[in-house]
Amino acid sequence: MTTSAPAIELKGISKSFGPVQANKDISMSVARGTIHGIVGENGAGKSTLMSILYGFYKADRGEIWINGKLTPIPDSQSAIRAGIGMVHQHFKLVENFTVVENVILGAEDGAMLRPSIAKARKLLTELSEEYGLKVDPDAVIEDLSVGHQQRVEILKQLYRHADILILDEPTGVLTPAEADQLFRILERLKAEGKTIILITHKLREIMEITDTVSVMRRGEMTNTVKTAETSPPELAEMMVGRKVLLQVDKTPATPSDVVLSVEDLRVSRGGVERVKGISFQIRRGEILGIAGVAGNGQTELLEVLGGMIAASGGRVTLFGDPIDITGKHANGQTRRARGIGHVPEDRQTEGLIMPFEAWENVAFGYHKDARFNSGPLMDHAAMKADCVDKMARYDVRPPNPRLPARNFSGGNQQKIVVAREMDRAPELLLIGQPTRGVDIGAIEFIHKQIIALRDQGKAILLVSVELDEIMGLSDRIAVMFDGHIMGERLPDQTDQNELGLMMAGVTETEGAA
Amino acid sequence: MDFLTILQILDSSLRLATPLLLACLAGLYSERAGVFDIGLEGKILAAAFFSAAVAFTSGSVWIGLLAGIVASMALSGLHGLASITFRGNQLISGVAINFLAAGLTVVIAQTWFQQGGRTPQLAGAARFDNIVLPGAESRIRDIAQQGPLGQIYSELISGHSIIVYLALLIVPLTWWVLYRTRFGLRLRAVGENPAAVDTAGVSVVGLRFAAVLIAGVLCGLAGAYLATALNAGFVKDMSAGRGFIALAALIFAKWRPWYALSACLLFGFFDAVGNRYQNIQLGDFVVPVQFMQALPYILVVIVLAGLVGKAIPPRAGGEPYVKER
Repeated sequence: MTTSAPAIELKGISKSFGPVQANKDISMSVARGTIHGIVGENGAGKSTLMSILYGFYKADRGEIWINGKLTPIPDSQSAIRAGIGMVHQHFKLVENFTVVENVILGAEDGAMLRPSIAKARKLLTELSEEYGLKVDPDAVIEDLSVGHQQRVEILKQLYRHADILILDEPTGVLTPAEADQLFRILERLKAEGKTIILITHKLREIMEITDTVSVMRRGEMTNTVKTAETSPPELAEMMVGRKVLLQVDKTPATPSDVVLSVEDLRVSRGGVERVKGISFQIRRGEILGIAGVAGNGQTELLEVLGGMIAASGGRVTLFGDPIDITGKHANGQTRRARGIGHVPEDRQTEGLIMPFEAWENVAFGYHKDARFNSGPLMDHAAMKADCVDKMARYDVRPPNPRLPARNFSGGNQQKIVVAREMDRAPELLLIGQPTRGVDIGAIEFIHKQIIALRDQGKAILLVSVELDEIMGLSDRIAVMFDGHIMGERLPDQTDQNELGLMMAGVTETEGAA
Repeated sequence: MDFLTILQILDSSLRLATPLLLACLAGLYSERAGVFDIGLEGKILAAAFFSAAVAFTSGSVWIGLLAGIVASMALSGLHGLASITFRGNQLISGVAINFLAAGLTVVIAQTWFQQGGRTPQLAGAARFDNIVLPGAESRIRDIAQQGPLGQIYSELISGHSIIVYLALLIVPLTWWVLYRTRFGLRLRAVGENPAAVDTAGVSVVGLRFAAVLIAGVLCGLAGAYLATALNAGFVKDMSAGRGFIALAALIFAKWRPWYALSACLLFGFFDAVGNRYQNIQLGDFVVPVQFMQALPYILVVIVLAGLVGKAIPPRAGGEPYVKER
């Protein structure tokens, strides 16, 4: 602990993939026993840099120094030997193995399993007490919550004696409460002398937990600053290269007549009732935000309203006229004809057809439009022209209509979906996770579009697991838990704590007690 | 039907189940590691031919067995090269191996022996003998004189070739390897989530090759058993779809060793019944012999369609592993 050499020092790391330079001459130094944040937009090169540090990629040039010693890391084994552990954004766990099996995988003591498992079980108990990482060693991974699965990932690294922990977007899948617990664990690890590198795009988390922070932009490390000496707006500006509005700028809503009315809606999927009798209304010029941890019925709500699945009961009206929710006489297309636009939660499986080109994706759902058709044939020129126009107005980059959807970055994919669904100014817009995996610049843009649509007097149903987003955009907030609406709040009369409790299913009386 | 007849059918079930079991376990190793192996059939066939050909030429069944295993492992290596190293489609690679084996065995057999694509009859040391266990009778006349326990011992338990006993031993061995050793843990993990194995610093390619080569050894045993124990020599297409039936058994067994044994014994039993009752007369109607020969396969389809329930294959099965980020 007394060595003054930095835990990690990178000198002049460069890495190219073909013509793309993912990392350009990056130098970085992280002191022992600190938490260092790395921020940057998607594609800025954060993940590439960490993959080099973990031995997944080999740098074209540059040196890695660990604890003051030059340490080449040609593969993951060398990284593990050097005391580096990585918790990936998508967990690398074997889902039908137990916790203890996952922990020992690759770090077994001998050819036989029994002694390894016995030893690991004992060590896990010790580790989980030492760091507050409570997890049942014999639980099967797929039965655990994501928060617990993440603990297993951390335990896995500690079991391998990792001194340096890299966490890639660790809070993306966690509830606010789970994220808080994670941060407490990280602070504990730091107090024990571990060095932590945290990759995130959530500036609030950087401010809350890191000691120093590096900003990456277009493959370069542009700044490294002490967290205490910076601010979120300053970091955002360093990331994007221009001033960014973090707070959504909007005027108070002026709701008028009711657009959508939902009464006692019930939806079952796979024999389980996922939406258990919910009622709400949305008016013109209003954004209703639905907060909640993923999997509490929001997806089913959006899909029923969007005409993708059938409801098992209830009544839904648009401007007072009933909407068919039995799935017999309606689908996504008839919904669109009635003025309901739908930006689905998962753009890659529901919003886009990934191998198809942008102009095709921009026309989907509206491909029967008269202006895209001439006689029995489709008018490709008109569709492409329409796509070029939308790409310009929605700032899709690169503005190439012939590029397959999968070749766009997450933010630009989302802009394609948003352009398709919002450009026709639907009376009601259903929008799920509008900015999941989207970088700050694109988030700002999409948020502005949503507010602009509201100001045109349209109604918007926003579903998001990001509380910041819900609180910034919504005019009213409803919290869903276990298929019920736990309550409605006005954004200026509530806070993250109260909403977080409601998201966890704590009712007001329990919360007060 | 008397007791001895039942025993004879069961005895024959065991013999016919043996190549299925070996192939099924071969598939188990390969698929548990995430490599689908539709080429079991081709490997059995290649091993059958080379074991018979070399056993005939050398006069030693053991050298023949070795040749069969080597041939089967060579095809396994090809499958590994195509589907693991070059990340090709595992099904296409398997199908190609089946065609390759079906064609090459006959062509080479014709060139070497000029007997219309078959090997000469094997006899003596060029064939696996049936082992008569201590205290057991071997002639049916003597067995018929024994009591029920003695009959079970002499007819059912004794009197098989060494490969039958070996195959039965490989079942618990496989269970032990899969669930009690480090290699087994890694093997199962690589079939479920290769990324987890890779990030743990263990070679995905190495593990998968090991699994595929083990499959090669087991298919080699299966093929050699067909040509040098169950039969006396190689004939064209003698594997007769056993590689595919073994795959069906593997699904029926839900990729587990003990279940694989039960499934293969069941399918072997179908085969034995079909073989024994070639001419069944129902009143005036004689059941065609072709129907009885097809019956085992029909029963397999019925079992698979109706009885399997939910079989969850290894999750990374069929997917070449590509390192991401």
